[in-house]
Amino acid sequence: MSLKTVLDKGKFVITCEVGPLKGTDTTEIIEVAELLKGKVDAANVTDQQSSVMRLGSLAVSHLLKEKGLDPIFQMTCRDRNRLALQSDLLSAHVMGIENVLAITGDLPSLGDHPEAKLVYDLDSVQLLWVISRLNEGYDMVGNELRGKTDLFPGAVVNPGADTEASLEFQIIKMEKKINAGARFFQTQAVYDADRFAEFMKRVEGFKVPVLAGIIPLKSVGMARFMNRSVAGVFVPEELIKKMADAEDKAQTGIQIAADLIKDLKDICQGVHVMAIGWEKKVPQILDAAGL
Amino acid sequence: MILSKQKPWEEILGYLEGENSIFLLGCNGCAQASGTGGPEQVAEMKSKLEEAGKKVTGSSVIDFLCEKALVKSKLRRKIEQIKEADSILVMTCGVGVQAVAAAINKVCHPACDTVNLGGSRGEWMGSERCMECGECLLEYTGGICPLTACTKGLINGQCGGASQGKCELNPEKDCGWELIYKRLKDLNKLDKLKRFIPPKDYGKMMPDVETMSTSRWALEQTGEKEKVLE
Repeated sequence: MSLKTVLDKGKFVITCEVGPLKGTDTTEIIEVAELLKGKVDAANVTDQQSSVMRLGSLAVSHLLKEKGLDPIFQMTCRDRNRLALQSDLLSAHVMGIENVLAITGDLPSLGDHPEAKLVYDLDSVQLLWVISRLNEGYDMVGNELRGKTDLFPGAVVNPGADTEASLEFQIIKMEKKINAGARFFQTQAVYDADRFAEFMKRVEGFKVPVLAGIIPLKSVGMARFMNRSVAGVFVPEELIKKMADAEDKAQTGIQIAADLIKDLKDICQGVHVMAIGWEKKVPQILDAAGL
Repeated sequence: MILSKQKPWEEILGYLEGENSIFLLGCNGCAQASGTGGPEQVAEMKSKLEEAGKKVTGSSVIDFLCEKALVKSKLRRKIEQIKEADSILVMTCGVGVQAVAAAINKVCHPACDTVNLGGSRGEWMGSERCMECGECLLEYTGGICPLTACTKGLINGQCGGASQGKCELNPEKDCGWELIYKRLKDLNKLDKLKRFIPPKDYGKMMPDVETMSTSRWALEQTGEKEKVLE
């Protein structure tokens, strides 16, 4: 069943994330695909995450599709101009890929090729608008396509934005993204269900499904790093203490993620588990959450 | 020297929709030299606006609109006329619009687009920056340029990388969109942020053929094809 069908049915959706590695070795990706098939509804394939040069998200999305796992092709505006973006969207359709997640993308200066020229020819809102155009059978300047796309566009939102301007922008941009064609949202990692519930109250009028981001904690250091360096992520001190006191850190991290999913189940329309190297532990997290 | 050209009249009128009284600002520097915002063009704009049913509460042509201290001292002398106006129409390059928008708590509309000079730069004293994009967006961003204030040059709002109002590139650098939000909030114009800004025509950032074949460029190219001692 495709992501679109599952969302249309109003089922609680589970998506996860696959991060291509640097190089051509796809062994692990295939293992993860086999393991997660049937357990999650779809899997995001990140687009050179953290601006580190890696195997492409288009090729890996195709690989997942072949293995029977519905891919969500992540597309950033960082590296491709409007010609390349549109061409890759056509290619995605031809490869049988339906879901596309439109994002701005981290700055290259944060990755392993800081000398790269920034592109950002389009931004995430404009990219969603372009996807809608291609679905209607036209390119972004109005030329007719021979064969249109049938893509299912999604977008991201950061409910934990930390200043008034940032939070208001997240909501303003969310509305702009919906108007441009976004049909679902995935969020930055959430650790505080009550705060997230407040955010969901503000956006419930949009009537577009939101999948809450879950990043299982692996260590105290990881939690502190995210609080310090990842925009909009806030791990409460109480959870950090739980991790510090735990004998089995992995088990505790999995349990915290599972408890969080249980708390979020009635607040939003699904969860997006970003395991960051723990992809093979995703089934355990879902089991513990009773999904 | 910064080259500007006036925006189409319909575009300017569109910016002024719902406003009755306007204060006009020009500049005796580059805008006068460009023929877009000197005393003559400011007078022309005044009569055009009056013909269109607008009240012009006053006008001023300042020597260098990019010099904020000068702008502030001149504007103080006209404060009553400015208070009476719904907004200020600034007939200069993007630097001038941004300098005025930074100097006074009033909506500033750009009347001109700044044209790319192929990399040559004049000198000015302000911190405002203009990329000469040929498609001025300052109308929608409270007089702060998103192309220069945002590291990614995003035009539809802040990215997810901002933290505590700072840019993901460098925690010392203010996020441009954070500044734009605050400015528009002060002006009670946050609704401007909801507008979808379509993809830019980056072709307009290229200098046109005439620009490339005038002044220094032309001098350097003169006689290139003729070889000495041929």
